[in-house]
Amino acid sequence: MHVMANKPENPVNPHLRLDRMPSIWCPGCGIGTSVNCFTRAITQSKIDVQKLSIVSGIGCTGRVSGYLNFDSFHTTHGRPIPFATGLKLANPDLHVVVYSGEGDLIAIGGNHFIHAARRNVDILVVCVNNFVYGMTGGQVSPTSPEPASFTTAPYGQFEEPFNLPYLADSCGAVYVARWTTFHVRQLAKSMREAFGKKGFRFIEIIAPCPTLYQRRNKLGDGLDAMKYYKEKSVIKNDAETKSLTIDFQSEITVGTFVNRERPTFLEAMNTRFQKALGDKYAPYPLGPNHQPKSQPQAQPSA
Amino acid sequence: MIANEAEKKTKKVYGEVYIDRERCKGCSFCVEFCPPRCLELDKAYNAKGYHPPALVRPDDCNGCDLCGLYCPDFSIFAVMIKAKKD
Amino acid sequence: MHADPSGVLTGHHYLDGNHAACEGALAAGCRFAAGYPITPSTEIVERVAARFPLIGGTFIQMEDEIAASIAIQGAVWAGKKSMTVTSGPGFSLMMEHIGLAAMTETPCVFFNVQRGGPSTGLPTLPGQADMMQARWGSHGDYEIIALCPQSPQECFDLTVDAFNLAEQWRVPVLMMMDECVGHMTERVIIPRAEAIEVTERRWTKKQPGEYLPFEPGPDLVPEMAKAGDGYRLYVTGLTHDERGYPVMNWKAQEKLVRRLVDKIRLASDKIVRFEQEDTSDAEVVVVAYGITARVARRAAELARRTGIKVGILRLIVAWPFPEKQILELAPKIQSFVVPELNYGQMVLEVERAAHGKTNVVCVPHGGGEVHDPEVVAEAIIRAAKKRS
Repeated sequence: MHVMANKPENPVNPHLRLDRMPSIWCPGCGIGTSVNCFTRAITQSKIDVQKLSIVSGIGCTGRVSGYLNFDSFHTTHGRPIPFATGLKLANPDLHVVVYSGEGDLIAIGGNHFIHAARRNVDILVVCVNNFVYGMTGGQVSPTSPEPASFTTAPYGQFEEPFNLPYLADSCGAVYVARWTTFHVRQLAKSMREAFGKKGFRFIEIIAPCPTLYQRRNKLGDGLDAMKYYKEKSVIKNDAETKSLTIDFQSEITVGTFVNRERPTFLEAMNTRFQKALGDKYAPYPLGPNHQPKSQPQAQPSA
Repeated sequence: MIANEAEKKTKKVYGEVYIDRERCKGCSFCVEFCPPRCLELDKAYNAKGYHPPALVRPDDCNGCDLCGLYCPDFSIFAVMIKAKKD
Repeated sequence: MHADPSGVLTGHHYLDGNHAACEGALAAGCRFAAGYPITPSTEIVERVAARFPLIGGTFIQMEDEIAASIAIQGAVWAGKKSMTVTSGPGFSLMMEHIGLAAMTETPCVFFNVQRGGPSTGLPTLPGQADMMQARWGSHGDYEIIALCPQSPQECFDLTVDAFNLAEQWRVPVLMMMDECVGHMTERVIIPRAEAIEVTERRWTKKQPGEYLPFEPGPDLVPEMAKAGDGYRLYVTGLTHDERGYPVMNWKAQEKLVRRLVDKIRLASDKIVRFEQEDTSDAEVVVVAYGITARVARRAAELARRTGIKVGILRLIVAWPFPEKQILELAPKIQSFVVPELNYGQMVLEVERAAHGKTNVVCVPHGGGEVHDPEVVAEAIIRAAKKRS
């Protein structure tokens, strides 16, 4: 007969600011699910959480940093990536994760996104994409599909949406993956994989926004969105990132699309200065946490 | 918290589920995505008016913790327990 | 504490203001800089880019000023002293993040080498038209400290002071230079490291769990910590409590924002800095700052030849503004004369602080060139003749 001595604690509790629960996220919002996967990935990957910094911007996903019990930085709208760049460059021993929404990272933050990817700044960018600006009441976002309705596109969105994995890939990100909040195991695994790499890593997470996206477009609630993800997602690791556009209620291609190696910003900086300055240059100490935890699998070049 | 108190029969591995009823927002992810469908939304509600899950088929739980992974509000998790050989 | 010798270029140099400012930053211990090219400030970061690799600093040219102004704050929270550099158009872009630095009490230094404005204006020519923007440019209530060097030597000295003030008051500090001072070349004497006083960051000695990142000390300034030391910091631009946790109500707002403002206002006696020349028996006092202060000295000289007693009050710290000094002088003099390379900005402060006790004359100039000293002298002479 099995007897439990003590009621166990939720294993993610140590990673949460429990005094701030419950979260502000709506019932059925996928952000919390993504955070659950994230915290489990952290525990499993055994990274030193004392060195972990979470940087987020403004929006529903931007609130993630406030609920996580690490060094949390809740910055201005669109700017977690340059803040994270400063944090990482000033102390390369930190594990720096940017956790924010697609409006924050790709619209107002778009410029910072492409340059950080180009430079291969050693940060992990987790982008929760719910196709809408939720916090401000349901405006159109750069990934919103036609002909969904939004408060600033009341007759239906007509712009071409961004294909985020394609954008990240073309800017030079060394790790690009997309999962939905239905794919919890794969998502946690992808996050663990990303922790073990260095360079600009990008994980897009398709998540429900029940209150604004789902409800306004008569798509049901968060659970209905999850069922749609389950039904219409197709796992295609190594798919061509060019083909990954998501249309309204269309098939969603998920998987790990890019996994490659190239020197990070700081490594390239050290190499260049050593070449130019020789002995006069003392290499910038990159710290043990700048090294990847595991060897990446060999990937055919894209 | 509702703990699994049912007797375990001849399983090698079984699960115990812990639910924080007051943290739950009744989204139903755990109910939907529990593979053996052990959970259903409780008829009773919590202080905020949400219906948390109840473990209605505790014997079927294998402790996979998918409920825990899916929960957006960190209000449910399962522990996988290997049965001791008698 | 003394400066780290590795960053101190001791000696007698012939440098322009921008280059001297870079050396000041290095001497003060700055080891992170992010910038974006903009005339007439670019030389500061160009020199930083060349000097940093040899002394263990990191420089990154960011993709825009918005990125630069927040990258430096990330670097501060990782433990480094850091700075960014810009001019008018970039200064406007940086406003949101100056507000963020004030709200999160992130010590850092922003250089604005002012040029003709507004908008693209006169990129290669001097102006002083960002002075009010320095004080009020970001949204909401907050206080900053702003300094105005009048020479390359002061570009060095006041930069060291700027970093020290930032650390002491946990506030963003603005170095309000102008194109003239930035591009003029003069002798700059950089002392030995032991002779340069540098204020260390006010690191907390408290343990994680005890330390609250926004708990004020007796001077209303909280102690500082950095990421990676186990403090589980929570830094947000939202109105927050002493733990850094957002609290969305008027009481939290009153508690926090009043303290941010009082932190500087109630300490303004300790922070204001000005230089006085012949003000004790003056009929007219010229209030000036930056390059215009040098023109003002010439103008004062010219006016004195006509028998008028002219004093000069030079603002070294422009914000907080030396209200008490103005109010003290006002009843004793005929008039203040305020030449500036703008259409009237600091003159409004002089008027306000004088409480109507004397005349205040503005000598505006759109920028692009410094004032003709004769024009300022004429204004002084006219002001002396006027009866209040």
